[in-house]
Amino acid sequence: MAEPRIPHPVPPPPASTVGVVGWLRRNLFSSPLNVVLTFLAVYLLLVTLPPLLRWAFLDASWSGDNREACHPGGACWVFIRVHFDQFLYGFYPDEQRWRVNAAVLLLVLGAAPLFVRAVSGKFKVRLGLGLLVVYPLVAFVLFKGGTIGLPVVDTSQWGGLLLTLVIAGVGMTAALPLGVLLALGRRSRLPAIQSLCVTFIEFWRGVPLITVLFMSSVMLPLFLPAGMNFDKLLRALIGVTLFQAAYMAEVVRGGLQAIPKGQFEAAAALGLGYWKTMGLIVLPQALKLVIPGIVNTFIALFKDTSLVLIIGLFDLMNIVHNATTNPAWLGFSTEGYVFAATVYWLFCFGMSRYSQNLEKRLHTGHKR
Amino acid sequence: MAEPTSTPVKPPFWNNPRVRAMVFQAVALVVTVAFGLYLFENTQNNLRRLGIASGFGFLSSSSGFDIIQTLIPYSATSSYGRVFWVALLNTLLVSALGIVLATLLGFVIGVARLSRNWLISRLALVYIETFRNIPLLLQIFFWYFAVLRAMPAPRQSLSLGEAVFLNIRGLYVPAPQFQPGFGWVLLALGIAAVLAWLLARWARHRQIATGQPFPTLSASLALLLGLPLLTFWVAGSPLVWEVPELQGFNFRGGLVVIPEMASLLLALTIYTAAFIAEIVRAGIQAVSHGQTEASFSLGLNSGKTLRLIILPQALRVIIPPLTNQYLNLTKNSSLAAAIGYPDMVAAFAGTVLNQTGQAIECIAITMAVYLTISLLISLVMNWYNRRVAVVER
Repeated sequence: MAEPRIPHPVPPPPASTVGVVGWLRRNLFSSPLNVVLTFLAVYLLLVTLPPLLRWAFLDASWSGDNREACHPGGACWVFIRVHFDQFLYGFYPDEQRWRVNAAVLLLVLGAAPLFVRAVSGKFKVRLGLGLLVVYPLVAFVLFKGGTIGLPVVDTSQWGGLLLTLVIAGVGMTAALPLGVLLALGRRSRLPAIQSLCVTFIEFWRGVPLITVLFMSSVMLPLFLPAGMNFDKLLRALIGVTLFQAAYMAEVVRGGLQAIPKGQFEAAAALGLGYWKTMGLIVLPQALKLVIPGIVNTFIALFKDTSLVLIIGLFDLMNIVHNATTNPAWLGFSTEGYVFAATVYWLFCFGMSRYSQNLEKRLHTGHKR
Repeated sequence: MAEPTSTPVKPPFWNNPRVRAMVFQAVALVVTVAFGLYLFENTQNNLRRLGIASGFGFLSSSSGFDIIQTLIPYSATSSYGRVFWVALLNTLLVSALGIVLATLLGFVIGVARLSRNWLISRLALVYIETFRNIPLLLQIFFWYFAVLRAMPAPRQSLSLGEAVFLNIRGLYVPAPQFQPGFGWVLLALGIAAVLAWLLARWARHRQIATGQPFPTLSASLALLLGLPLLTFWVAGSPLVWEVPELQGFNFRGGLVVIPEMASLLLALTIYTAAFIAEIVRAGIQAVSHGQTEASFSLGLNSGKTLRLIILPQALRVIIPPLTNQYLNLTKNSSLAAAIGYPDMVAAFAGTVLNQTGQAIECIAITMAVYLTISLLISLVMNWYNRRVAVVER
C-alpha cells in the first residue's frame, strides 16, 4: 500500500529575491552595467545634492529686511520676502490690492463646485460656461476700476503674477473657441473657407511668438486708423491669443480626424445639420480625445506669457528680473530666478497632473 | 386608385446646400478682402502721415553699428543687407548646434527614462519634469544673468589645462590653424567617403546575392578614420592649435564662445532635450514587446535587436513629433533677443528696425525667414519620414 503523499510545504522564496534586498537587486544591481550606473548616479547625487540643500535651506537667510541680513554662502530668501508683494501684484497700488484678492477669491468660490464630484455634470457645464462669460467681465471691472466707485488702475500698473495669470487666462479662454472654429474651418468642405483657415494656421505656426509680439507692438499701430490707440496689454493679448489659437486648431483637428466617419453619417441620417452634428456629436467626442493636447497647449501658453517681457510688460518674469537689477539688491539673481521658476513650475506641473487625472476620469473606453 | 399626382415641392433656393456653400464662401472672401484693404488703406495713410518711405531701399545703406558675433566679415560701414546675412547665419548657427545637442541629450535621457535601473529612470524623470515646466526664457535668463554674467573677470578666469578658459567675456577654446598641407587631408576624407559608399553598395549586393554579411559599419569607420589620419601623418601634421593667451585685460587668439551664445545654446538644449526625451520614450514604448521576443527567438542579440528591430520601428513614431521639436527649437532661438545675441530678431527686427523705422519691411523679412526655415525643416524631415515609413502591402 502506497504511503499517502504528503505535499511538501512550499519553500519560501530565496531571501535575495524578496524584501529590500530583492528590490535592490532587481532595480539597482541587476547587471554589471546597472551596478556601474547605480554607483555613478549615487556619486552624482552625493556631489550635487548636499551643497544644493545647504545653499537653499541650511545656510540660507530667511529673516530680515535688507541685504545686510544675508550671510554669504547661502541663499538670500530675504530678497524674495522683501519683493514678494511686488512679485504678486506688480505696481498695483497698495491700497487697491484687495480688489485683486477679491477677484481671486471669487474665482476660487465660483469654480469650487466644478471640482466636487457630487455635483451633477449638467450643473457643472452650465456653471463652467457661465463663469467663462461672466467672470472675465467681473474681474476686468475689479482690476481696472473706473466704475462702481472704484478708482481707475491703469493696465500699465498691473504686473507680477497677476499679469501673468491675466494673460494666461484670457489667452486660454479665447484661444480654445477660436481654435475649435479654425479646426472646423480647416476640415470644412468649402474650399474658400478651408484655404483661409489653412493659411491662417500655417502662418501663425510658422513664425516665433516673439515676432508676433513685435508685430503687435510696432505694426498694429500702423494698421489702425490714426488716433485709434490700443492698450499695450490688449495688443499683447491679441498676439498671444491668435498665436495659440493656431496651435489649438491643430490639436483639435487631430481629435476631429480621429472621429470615425460613421458618426458623421449617423448624425446626417438623424437629420442633424452641420452645426448640430458638430456641436452635439463630433466635438464632444473629439475634444475629449485631445484633452492632453489641449492642456499641453495651455501649458505652452502659460510658459509663453513670459515673452511679454520683450515688449515691456511687467509680468512675473519681468518683475523678478527687474528686481534683480535693482542697485540695492544686486547679486541675488539666482534666488530671483529660482523663485520665479518654482512658481511657473507649480502651475505647469499642476496643470499636467490635473489633465492626466481628467483623462482617466473621462475615459469611457475607446482605447484599443 | 388615385395616383399621387403632386410633384415634390421644390425647396426654396436658400435651402439648397450648394447655393448656401457658395454664399458662405463669398461672404468669407469678401469680408477677408475688405478687412485686408481696410488695413492696407490705414497703413498707407499712417505711413504718409508719419513720413516713412516704404520699400527695401534701406537695405543698401550703411548700418553704422557693430555686432558682437559675426560669421562673415562685417563692420559698422557694412550695409543693412549685410546685417541681414550676419543675423541669419547667427540664427542658423545656434539652431543647428541646438538641434544636434538636444537630439543627443534627449535620446540619452529618453533611454535613461526606460532604464531598468530605478535610480537612473527616476533621475531622468526629475530632469524631464523640471525642465519642461519652466519657461525657456527664464532658463535663458538664469544661465545668462545668474551663471555666466557672474563669472570672474579675464584675469581670474576658470581654466582647464591652461587651454580652455571661462570668464565673463565668454568661453575661450584653442582654435585650429590649418597649414597649407591640410587640403590633402580633406581630399583623403572625401576619397574615403566615396570608397565607404562603394563598399556599402558592394556589401549590400553581395548579401542579397549570397547571404554572406559583411562588417560594413566597422570597415567604413576604419576607412573614414584611417585614410585621413594616414594622410595627416604623411603630410607632416599640417594643423596647429592656437591657444588663447591672457594679454593685458583680455584673452587673445583662440575661439571664443560669447556668453550670449553659450547661455542661449545651453537653455535651448536642456529645454528641448526634455521634450525629445519624452518623444523617444513614447516611441520606444510604442514598439510592442513581442517584437523583442521574436527577435530574441530568431537568435539576434540585444544590440542587434535594438538596432535592427526596435529603433527602425520606433523611429516611425518618433520622427513626426521630433520634427515639431526641431521647428520649436528654431523658433525659440528667437528668444535670443532678450539677452542680446545678434540673431534675426535681435539684430534685424530689433536694431535695424529701430534705426531705420522700417517696421513693416523688417518684420515681414524676419517672419518670411522663419516661415522659410520652418518649411525647409518640415520638407527635409518629411522626406526622411517617408523613407522610414511602413511600406504596406
